[in-house]
Amino acid sequence: MIRRLLPLFAFAALAVLLFAGVRMNSGRDNSAIPSPLLGKPTPAFSLPVLGDPARRIGNADLLGRPYLLNVWGSWCPTCRYEHPHITELARSGKVRVLGYNYKDTPEDAQAWLTQFGNPYELIVADEDGRAALDWGIYGAPESFLVDARGIVRWKLVGAIDETVVREQIEPLLAELDAAP
Amino acid sequence: MLPELGLVALILALLLGVLLGTLPLVGAQRNHAGLVASARPLAYSQLVFVAIAYAVLTHAFVVHDFSVKYVATNSNTLLPTLYQLPAVWGAHEGSLLLWVMILALWIAAVAAFSRSLPATVVARVLATMGWVSVGFLAFLLFTSNPFARLLPAAVEGRDLNPLLQDPGMIFHPPLLYTGYVGFAVAFAFAVAALIDGKVDAQWVRWSRPWTNVAWAFLTLGIALGSFWAYYELGWGGWWFWDPVENASFMPWLVGLALLHSQAVTEKRGSFRGWTLLLAIAAFSLSLLGTFLVRSGVLTSVHAFASDPARGLFILGFLAVIVGGSLLLFALRAPTEDKGQPFVAASRETLMLANNLLLSGAAMMILLGTLYPLLAEALGLGKISVGPPYFGLLFTVLMAPLVLLVPFGPLTRWQREQPAQPLRMLAPWAGLALVVAAIAFFRWPQGTAKTAAAWLGCAWLIGGTLRFVWQRLKQGKGRFTAEMTGMILAHLGVAVFVFGVLMTESTSQEMDVAAKPGQSFAMRGYDFRFEGVERVQGPNYLADRGTIRITRGGAPVATMLPEKREYASGGSVMTEADIDGGFARDLYVALGDPLGPDGSWALRLYVKPFIRWIWLGALLMAIGGFVVVLDQRFRRPVVAP
Amino acid sequence: MRRALLAALLSVFAAFAAAQVLEFRDPAEEARFRALAAELRCVMCQNQSLADSNAPIAHDLRLEVLRLMRDGKSDAQIKQYLVARYTDFVLYRPQVTPMTWLLWFGPALGILIGAGVIVGIVRRKARQAPAAPPPTDSQEW
Repeated sequence: MIRRLLPLFAFAALAVLLFAGVRMNSGRDNSAIPSPLLGKPTPAFSLPVLGDPARRIGNADLLGRPYLLNVWGSWCPTCRYEHPHITELARSGKVRVLGYNYKDTPEDAQAWLTQFGNPYELIVADEDGRAALDWGIYGAPESFLVDARGIVRWKLVGAIDETVVREQIEPLLAELDAAP
Repeated sequence: MLPELGLVALILALLLGVLLGTLPLVGAQRNHAGLVASARPLAYSQLVFVAIAYAVLTHAFVVHDFSVKYVATNSNTLLPTLYQLPAVWGAHEGSLLLWVMILALWIAAVAAFSRSLPATVVARVLATMGWVSVGFLAFLLFTSNPFARLLPAAVEGRDLNPLLQDPGMIFHPPLLYTGYVGFAVAFAFAVAALIDGKVDAQWVRWSRPWTNVAWAFLTLGIALGSFWAYYELGWGGWWFWDPVENASFMPWLVGLALLHSQAVTEKRGSFRGWTLLLAIAAFSLSLLGTFLVRSGVLTSVHAFASDPARGLFILGFLAVIVGGSLLLFALRAPTEDKGQPFVAASRETLMLANNLLLSGAAMMILLGTLYPLLAEALGLGKISVGPPYFGLLFTVLMAPLVLLVPFGPLTRWQREQPAQPLRMLAPWAGLALVVAAIAFFRWPQGTAKTAAAWLGCAWLIGGTLRFVWQRLKQGKGRFTAEMTGMILAHLGVAVFVFGVLMTESTSQEMDVAAKPGQSFAMRGYDFRFEGVERVQGPNYLADRGTIRITRGGAPVATMLPEKREYASGGSVMTEADIDGGFARDLYVALGDPLGPDGSWALRLYVKPFIRWIWLGALLMAIGGFVVVLDQRFRRPVVAP
Repeated sequence: MRRALLAALLSVFAAFAAAQVLEFRDPAEEARFRALAAELRCVMCQNQSLADSNAPIAHDLRLEVLRLMRDGKSDAQIKQYLVARYTDFVLYRPQVTPMTWLLWFGPALGILIGAGVIVGIVRRKARQAPAAPPPTDSQEW
């Protein structure tokens, strides 16, 4: 009798897995890849500053204070949706907000900033997208939260909005304040 | 007004389904002739109302009724009328209605073609199928109403996905669903037999034709889907082990095992339990496939828009149908094997091996398809399981099967002297090896895979022809339809294997930056790019390239690949052009414009023998249909 | 404004397009590249390989793979490089680790168990079988 119950048990196990699958995938973006950089130092990089290409910024230059690195491009429609939230976050002074201009020409990027406003403390420009590969960036908008020691603590694939700020960014910033 | 009538028709169909599921079943239990006889009329009535609902939705498309949300999302006024009809099943709600429509047709067919069956059997079979229809109608009505209104009505619809605006769309889903849904018949026969307690050769004889037809349709549906992807998607692939493709392939493999197992149970009385289990499994996998592509659980370009509520509903339905039938199996499956005995060297053993390998392959595909989900559920991060995994393991599992196929027909039931079939087939094995060796050394660009193509194909053809010869030699010149079907199907496998392995090992591809007037040489063909011009289609604007292909100076084909921009959504589709042939396909696709001098990126392919893949599948399907014509299905079983 | 956006989009498109076609040094390099790209997953698409995808990130990754190949890196090193940046998700052929033992060895194990069951069935039935093969004409085909 046990032998003939085996198919039913196997199916029950399968049903449990499928149930878990449906629950896992409801209400969130299933396509985002987790970042292998969490808990690790940022990749070594040295990129020109947008608008001042003679000046270069690298990971060493950014140590000392936590920062939010926001990946954006003038070709990215969702970045426009995100922009007011980024601006608000920068204005609030909770964390310094840096821009990572991804796969844009300087002209297009400047035009976009002129039109929509520039909330970033500074912006590094990755025109050909090579350095972005080291960060595991694959589109825009994406955002990283890096602590004062240069360790990547958080990554978001997709737009930042009030919910994200309230539920993810602010608690993390509080943690960083308590134990930098 | 009319869409609401469609909704009412669906509600009535649901009620009729409940009656169909209950009254005949009760009648069969209590031996109440009147209730038992209600099965057929209920089945036909349900079909009428489902058909009405389907007609109403089709009508809404044809008259551009954009007050119906589904129509507004999946068509627009520019969509050619030819595609308004298949647009009905272009997305989730409509394709489900197609599912239900096809199920209702199968139910009616069983009702119509079962005159020779005892009324109680028919009653139980139809009742079981009735419950399946109730599940799907409820799913439609509660979570996926195709007649939901969009108020205020849209002025213009969004459009049918341009990828679907293609003749393949007209045939692929209906054929596929006819197969998928058709396994419900074998399932219903199995459940009826379990309820009845009488699992015997007669029961199997009744269910065999239905199973063969369903399997043959599924074969055609999958093959057409593969062919469609090949010419529509622009990069020459024909199978990607995508979750949705796997969802259709698993029932196909198990259905194939089922066909063979049914044959054994019918002729020898053996494997009744296995045959029942396979019948339940084949339809369960169809239902699982329906779940996977609509629940959002898996990522795929084929998947319908997902919704967790829908996912949970189907899962619940799955639990009831599959769980219920497996429980019934555990409680009432036959305990002793009343079949004729057999030894190791017998056709029975070969059939067991056949079923093991096919079911094993299906389980492997299930494992690989669900593994990323399992890993994520266990918190192990996101992994991918793709063609390298599936391709490798599938080949490993199918190779022994290919080896065994010719032995099957030549090995007798119950007891065979191993030397016999070995002796009969040895020369053919030798011939196959010689052919493979020649191919390996002499075929241009030949590799081990090329040799394997010739080896597998020659072995299967030789072995099958040996059976034909054997039969002729024995003076039994008559081939039953069952044998003919088997021969065709096994030859189909030979052709298929050849096509796959030859294409994989000897295809060539060139990605080039082409200036107008520039030529490229590949495999003796000369591809000359002549330039790109703008053309206007019914609902799109296209860049059309002209490539002239010659061979040794003689013209072969003029290819006109396009890159179309559809007016409605602005989506850009690549339409490759293909010069198809028996021995090779020439395939050209446009990439992107490269500069003001008119140069374009082009993809050029030579694909040897790729059509053999679908030709082989077609032969298999024909074989499946031919088996049904056999006399045995018109005769009652004589107890052995 | 709309025209500026369109111009921006098109210029970006053209920038991508200009570099669409990869130049290979020899057929061996091309063959190795295609084989490798077929095993890697486009990280942005809905289930497409790096070889087949038209997404910009796929193009960038293809360039990177080619660069790494020419740098002398082995296939394994190239895969490791990508996994370090995009996790195991990027591999269509899962690595063989304890986490994937079930995946890689499960089917073989299943077949072995199944074969054992068959042996058991055959043994049981063979015990009941008559000694001589039955005369051929009493056998249905």
